[in-house]
Amino acid sequence: MQSTESLFENLRKDFPILKRTVRDNKPLVYLDNASTTQKPNQVIDAITDYYQNHNANIHRAVYALAEESTEAYEATRDKIANFINVKDRQEIIFVRGTTEAINLVAYAWGRPHIDEGDIIVTTEYEHHSNIVPWQLLTQEKHAKLEYIRMDDDGELILDDLDKFLATGKVKLVTFSLMSNVLGTITDAQKIIEKCKTAGVLTLIDGAQAVPHMKVDIEKLGCDFFAFSGHKMLGPTGIGVLWIKKPVLETMVPFHGGGDMIREVHKYETTWNDLPYKFEAGTPNIADVIGFGAAIDYLTKIGMDNVREHEVELTKYAMEKLSQVKGLHIYGTKDISKRGGVISFNFADVHPHDVAQIIDEEGIAVRSGHHCAQVLMERLNVAATSRASFYIYNTKEDIDILVNSLNIVAKVFKL
Amino acid sequence: MSSNADIYHEMIVDYSRNPVNYGKIEDHDVTFHDSNPLCGDSIDIDMKIDDNKITDIKFHGRGCAICMACSSVLTEITKGKTLDEARVIEKNDVLSELGLEHLQAVRIKCALLSLKVLKSALYTYIGEHLENTQDLDTLKEEAANLY
Repeated sequence: MQSTESLFENLRKDFPILKRTVRDNKPLVYLDNASTTQKPNQVIDAITDYYQNHNANIHRAVYALAEESTEAYEATRDKIANFINVKDRQEIIFVRGTTEAINLVAYAWGRPHIDEGDIIVTTEYEHHSNIVPWQLLTQEKHAKLEYIRMDDDGELILDDLDKFLATGKVKLVTFSLMSNVLGTITDAQKIIEKCKTAGVLTLIDGAQAVPHMKVDIEKLGCDFFAFSGHKMLGPTGIGVLWIKKPVLETMVPFHGGGDMIREVHKYETTWNDLPYKFEAGTPNIADVIGFGAAIDYLTKIGMDNVREHEVELTKYAMEKLSQVKGLHIYGTKDISKRGGVISFNFADVHPHDVAQIIDEEGIAVRSGHHCAQVLMERLNVAATSRASFYIYNTKEDIDILVNSLNIVAKVFKL
Repeated sequence: MSSNADIYHEMIVDYSRNPVNYGKIEDHDVTFHDSNPLCGDSIDIDMKIDDNKITDIKFHGRGCAICMACSSVLTEITKGKTLDEARVIEKNDVLSELGLEHLQAVRIKCALLSLKVLKSALYTYIGEHLENTQDLDTLKEEAANLY
């Protein structure tokens, strides 16, 4: 068996995009994985194969192609169930991504269950997709949205949660398992335990966590869980919403249309079985199949190896970056409490200027508010630069990043 | 071929470090705020207007070096102009001052945020001081065609 080190070196060849150069013939150093990841040949080929050999709509026709496409589509549902440890495949709903998943919950669970005066609790380090749907819902229902604050190390202050739960008005606590800006890994177990004692439902935004570490839904014990395919080697436009069945059964449909119905008459309709009640219209068949290939790829590597590789990279990057004079890293220094996401600011240089200058060296990092303006306000910054890692990144990528910061320092006379 | 990083020449860096006309005018005659939803850059412009002439102008806010340099240059160009003269200031008037005529599309919004705020401030002021309401439609049309 090959060592894990050579495993990660060898897998770079599966990603055709990593062979290209950018700008002035510089090799691509892709460090924007918290935004989206690159795709291996195995995923690209699965999508091409579907369109070249099997393309047909699912769940309807009886001919051979339709049977093949339905089988491949449904096979991904089983792969997901296995990957995140879900026993009942009927609890897995395909959506466009985490954003749609959370909006689905806000609409199809929130509207029938939230009343005037109820409280929904989120956190200060959420992505806009786990804030705005709850603002829309609470405004419509004259309910309240409350935030668990974050301390200076980027960890949640759970005393806030106790205070909210003590009101007896909280109906849902929603939080990300890993911050997309700070990389903080949330102590989900503790939050869920408190919520269970209080009889309150929990939603986890797993968009940043599922691609980077082993996630076991049964062990977590939450009620809703959402994540996206494109942040874990899969195609864009496909994501997963898992909902515990007893909760799922209390929800109204999200979109009405084909495939979600049992019988339609002129003035009334009965709904299809779960999960199809929540999958109206022709779904994103090709990308669901591509997502299946991505899960196979990650399963083969092993999520514990993925996490170990990223811990190694993050440790190295934190060491190297903290040696750069004038560079400030946000969030905890404790590697065991963070994922492979590093947000920083470099002296008084605006992150957009940092990103543009190092782009000339072939480096792709994100700069801006990262769809987390509530968090930016809390950190009292307009924006940050963010480097985020994945399985194909190397220590050499980090060396190139650190060296490129010298150019920034020179241009801005730091 | 010049590289995109060449935009960071001395003048831009100097302006971003030491912006000109930076600050607030407490007794302004008009003020306007806008931000760029994608990057979070945020600019306010205050103006003192006397007898249809812009006698003082200041900006404040946060943004990248391009945004801060362009805001500085724009306020320098605008100060002392009449309202009619300020109405016809164009993007190239600002960009050419800084050698940014070929700025890539993704950064052009950084460069022109302050111009957008200036024009919005001008139309707000002119709209509030119109003598006959017929001019309002012409004004609205002109404002709508700006971008």
